Amino acid sequence: MMKPLCQKGLDKDEFSALIKQVHEIGKTVILPAAADVDSEARFPKEGIDALKEAKLLSAYVPADLGGMELNITQLAKVCEILGQYCGSTAMVYAMHQVLVACLVHHSLGDGYFRRYLKELVEEQRLIASATTEVGISGDLRSSICAVNVEGDRFTLNKQAPVISYGEDADDLMVTCRRSEDASAGDQLHVLLKKGDFELEHTFSWDTMGFRGTCSDGYNITSSGHVQQIFPEPFSEILSEAMHPSAHILWGSLWIGIATDAVNKARSYVRSAARKNPEGAQVSSLRLAEVATTLQEMRHNMYVSVKNYQEILEAGDSAAISNFGFAIQINNLKLSCSELMVDIVGRSLLICGLSGYRNDSEYSLSRHIRDSYGAALMVNNDRIRGHNATMLTVHREG
Amino acid sequence: MHSEKVREILDKNGRLSSPVPDLSDDSDLYSAGLTSLATVSVMLALEDEFDIEIPDNMLSRKTFESISSIVETVNELAE
Ligand SMILES: Cc1cc2nc3c(=O)[nH]c(=O)nc-3n(C[C@H](O)[C@H](O)[C@H](O)COP(=O)(O)OP(=O)(O)OC[C@H]3O[C@@H](n4cnc5c(N)ncnc54)[C@H](O)[C@@H]3O)c2cc1C
Repeated sequence: MMKPLCQKGLDKDEFSALIKQVHEIGKTVILPAAADVDSEARFPKEGIDALKEAKLLSAYVPADLGGMELNITQLAKVCEILGQYCGSTAMVYAMHQVLVACLVHHSLGDGYFRRYLKELVEEQRLIASATTEVGISGDLRSSICAVNVEGDRFTLNKQAPVISYGEDADDLMVTCRRSEDASAGDQLHVLLKKGDFELEHTFSWDTMGFRGTCSDGYNITSSGHVQQIFPEPFSEILSEAMHPSAHILWGSLWIGIATDAVNKARSYVRSAARKNPEGAQVSSLRLAEVATTLQEMRHNMYVSVKNYQEILEAGDSAAISNFGFAIQINNLKLSCSELMVDIVGRSLLICGLSGYRNDSEYSLSRHIRDSYGAALMVNNDRIRGHNATMLTVHREG
Repeated sequence: MHSEKVREILDKNGRLSSPVPDLSDDSDLYSAGLTSLATVSVMLALEDEFDIEIPDNMLSRKTFESISSIVETVNELAE
C-alpha cells in the first residue's frame, strides 16, 4: 500500500538551472548523435553517459538517499526536453525512470531496496524492464514464467521478446507469477542485478522507429536472493506507480518529439517568409493550426500530471486505484500517442519535400517513424479495451 | 448475511482459477485470478442481484479484494 510521499521537488531557481543544463546536454551531446543512433540502431551511449554525469539517472530518488528528488511534474519536463533532441535517448531515460518510480513508491520501507537505491545514486545504474513475454505478448497483467523460491534463494527464467537496452542496462526488473501453481494474474516484480542474470539473444531490433532503444529479445536465466522480490503484488505496483508514471513520462517525451517537429515547421515557415513574403501565407496558417493541437496535447498532460502529483502528495491510495484515475491515465496515453502522429504529419505538410528528405535540416523522417511506435507501447487497442470495460460500470464522464 | 449470494455470483462471473468453495472470506481474490474484466462482470451481477448502484468512488481494487470486502460493500449499499 502506498504511503504519502511528498517528493518535494527542486525550488524554482534550482529547477530552471537544471532545465538549462538538460538543454545544454541535448544540444551538445544528444542531438549531434541522434542521426547516427537512428540509422545504426545503436544505443545512445554518449547521451546516457552525459545524463549519468549530471546524476540525472537518480533524478526521482528522494534526497535522503542522495537523489535529486524531482517531483513527477519536474521529471516529466526533463523527459519532454530530451524528446526534443532524440526520441530514443529520451525513451531510454523515461523507461528507466518508470522503474525508479516503482522502486521509490513501493520499496522504501525495505532495507534491501533502500540500499539498492543508494547504489543506483552513487553508480548511476541503468535499469531495463521485462514485462512482455513470449506467448502473452503485451498483456502486462499476465505472466507465464514463475519465480521459484527455495529457502532464501530464487530462480527465474523468462522468454522476453522485447527488452529495451537490455544489453546496456546494469539491472533488470522482471514480472512473473508468484509460484508455479499461481494464476497468470498473480504476479510479482523482481529486481535482477548484473551478475544475477544471463541473456541469450533471441530477436533483433530492426524497426521503423525508436531504433536506438535497442529493444532486442532475450531468454533470461537468473537466480538471486528472495529479498530482491518486491514485497507487494505487481498489480499494486502497476496501478500506483508503473501505469501512471509510464503514461506520463512517455507522453512527455512524445510532446518533446512533437514540439521539435513543430519547431522545424516554424523555422521552415520563417525562412520561406523571408525569401518570399507573399507566398508563405498558407503554411503559416497551417503552422497556427498545428500549434493549437500541440497546445491541446500539452494541456492534457498538465492536468493528468497535476492530478497524479496531488494524489502522491496526499498518499491517496483509494483515488489511485479507482477506475476514474485509471481511465484518465489511459486516455492520456491514447490521446498523446495519436496526437503525436497527427502533429508530426502536419508539420511534414508544412515543411514539404524538405521535411521528407533525409539529408535536410528540416527532415522529419525520424520523428515520423518514432511517432508510430507510441501506439504500440502497450497496444492502444488493448488500452482502449480496458477503458471500454471500466466505462461499462463507471458513471461519471 | 449476503455472503452466500456473493459466493454464487463470484462462482458464476469471477472466472477464478481457484474454486470459490476453497476460498475463505478473506482470501485475496486477485491472487485467485480475478481480472479487471471479470471484476466488471461481478459488479454488474451484484448490482442486478441486490438492486444497488455501486458508486464511482467504490470502483477500485480494494472493494473487490476479498469476499468479505464485497459483502461489506453490498451491506453498505443495500441498507
Ligand atoms: C519502442 C518500444 C519499446 C519497448 N520496450 C519494452 C521493454 O523494454 N520491455 C518490455 O517488456 N516490452 C517492451 N515493449 C513491448 C510493449 O510493451 C508491448 O508489449 C508491445 O509493443 C505490444 O506489441 P503488439 O501491439 O504487437 O502486441 P499485443 O499487445 O499483443 O497486441 C497484438 C494485437 O492484439 C490486439 N489486442 C488488443 N486487445 C487485446 C486483448 N485484450 N487480448 C489480445 N489481443 C488484443 C491488439 O490490438 C493488436 O492488434 C516495447 C515496445 C516498443 C514499441
